Amino acid sequence: MTPFTRLTAVAAPLDIVNVDTDRIVPARFLREPRSAGYENYLFRDLRDADPDFVLDRPEYRGAQILVAAENFGCGSSREGAVWALAGSGLRAWIAPSFGDIFFENSFKNGVLAIVLPIERVAAIRAQLTQQPGAKITIDLPSQALTLPDGTTERFDVDPFRKECLLEGIDEIDLTLRHEAAIAAYEARQREETPWLAP
Amino acid sequence: MGVTLYEKIWSAHAVAEGPGGRTLLYIDRHLIHDGSFHAFTALKAAGRKVRRPDAAFATPDHYVPTRGRDDIADAELRDKVETLSANAKGARIAIYPVGDDRQGIVHVIGPEQGITQPGITLVCGDSHTSTHGALGALAFGIGASEVAHVLATQALWQARAKTLRVTVAGRLHPGVYSKDIILALIAKIGAFGGTGFTLEYAGEGIRALSMEARMTICNMSIEAGARSGLIAPDETTFEYLAGRPQSPRGADWDRALARWRALPSDADARYDREVTLDAASLEPMATWGTSPEHGAAIGGVVPDPSQERDATRRASMEKALRYMDLAPGQRLEGLAIDRVFIGSCTNSRLEDLRAAAAVVKGRKAMVPAMVVPGSGLVKRAAEAEGLDRVFLDAGFDWRDAGCSMCVGMNGDLVAAGERCASTSNRNFEGRQGKGARTHLMSPAMAAAAAVTGKVTDVRKLL
Repeated sequence: MTPFTRLTAVAAPLDIVNVDTDRIVPARFLREPRSAGYENYLFRDLRDADPDFVLDRPEYRGAQILVAAENFGCGSSREGAVWALAGSGLRAWIAPSFGDIFFENSFKNGVLAIVLPIERVAAIRAQLTQQPGAKITIDLPSQALTLPDGTTERFDVDPFRKECLLEGIDEIDLTLRHEAAIAAYEARQREETPWLAP
Repeated sequence: MGVTLYEKIWSAHAVAEGPGGRTLLYIDRHLIHDGSFHAFTALKAAGRKVRRPDAAFATPDHYVPTRGRDDIADAELRDKVETLSANAKGARIAIYPVGDDRQGIVHVIGPEQGITQPGITLVCGDSHTSTHGALGALAFGIGASEVAHVLATQALWQARAKTLRVTVAGRLHPGVYSKDIILALIAKIGAFGGTGFTLEYAGEGIRALSMEARMTICNMSIEAGARSGLIAPDETTFEYLAGRPQSPRGADWDRALARWRALPSDADARYDREVTLDAASLEPMATWGTSPEHGAAIGGVVPDPSQERDATRRASMEKALRYMDLAPGQRLEGLAIDRVFIGSCTNSRLEDLRAAAAVVKGRKAMVPAMVVPGSGLVKRAAEAEGLDRVFLDAGFDWRDAGCSMCVGMNGDLVAAGERCASTSNRNFEGRQGKGARTHLMSPAMAAAAAVTGKVTDVRKLL
């Protein structure tokens, strides 16, 4: 996994609440292997219906940060939604809230998902709408954002996820360091609830 | 201070503590379906093995056709179903394949086979895994990376969720069902009212429900943003589980029962948030928009976006109404529909089919309508009661088990611009097909829509 440390990039605003993962990647594309390039399916139906969709506007070309509204990535657990966004070059998303499973999937793919208060995110989207193509800087080690108007903003990130992002750690390797504890748990399970461990 | 059901299951499964308050949770059971191939691909690429094949159970559901499946004509669908069989066989994971009566939607067969049990942790690469919480299991949906993680390690790093208790007082009136409870709750707290929480449903209104009706409620917890929904196990749960193929038996059953009886939240347990709902005051519900939070009682009207003060929310509502081709103030009742779907992990169990059949009996479908039972066993049980004849005589399609038109991945799609009365869980834009317009409702309400050709208050037909 590519480590994430600092990023200065064009940020695109997406002013829709409850953007579900079906909209991010319609279900008919999930039959494709990840290697097919999920970026080709990103917001496919939304973009077909709206030629002026934010990610297709020249000002936001090359955007690596997405600033969304409440409950971004709700619904289906499909990780293809993250593959599609990340595959198109996005490395971080900011919203007042995310779908819990999508939030988890983001970090598993080396993407930083940032939660900020609703008024702050609305203000950032307004800045990005007023100055199309403006950039945001994200500094993960110091957990700070520098916004287009020059102000800085601190953000919270779970220390576990932060470490995984900074180091590009594969979580399975990390878990296997606890193999002895897992095996001990299983031995106890065979004793206490043998019907779950035939 | 007392402990909640959620906290009891959590602490019983903690294997190790990590940084940032994360816990490595042991996963007792893992359900696999034909959309899980992404995880197997990742596992193979990393050269990893499946740690506990005996803890996993597989069945094809997302891609299976609901008819003509002895020889699946569509090569891509056939490939998905065969890939699952090959992956399960390669890893020595038990599978209920097409042609086996036990095949069905993962969230129907988990409880049906007794795979789901109180107090266990259960995961699946599908967001509606919250369904299994109805039996008092901590169950949640995961992405492909986490599926691979569980296959390789049988554990997952998780942060503890906050707890939200939903107390449902009173009892439902005839014509109102558990689907209406959950649609009313989501309309009340919103599509992210439960984000970051585990929901626990309690109160007389929940206790009075059957096991299957409880599953419908926990199933849609995710539509309120909660990864898990829980209901404390009780006699209804134990009766349901007794004698199921994977349930403990003999002396093990007695040991299990003693453990399960200790699971309910302590009387003095504290929750981070409390919400109450009165079942007796509920009416049949239907959704008007493109989020499950866009629900209203059948006597209600499409809301007016201009009343919404937040600009982004207002614009999103306007967009939803354009997509749904509805106007503010329009009555829900009487809205003409083009198609009816009765099925999905939310509402495809025997009781759901009985409730729909009771409305359909002696009437005719006015629009194309299909019934897709949740499993082969549900289908057989319904046929033994003659429910298939009720549907077929009324002109409904009677199909084989799978996810079908809830998500359309097997080709069962709603055409662009068509309005579908559906017992599924998501009215998202494009969910049932590009341009499809979905109205979520209970099986009885969907049946009423089928026999009248419009959104109808089912209480008038009972």
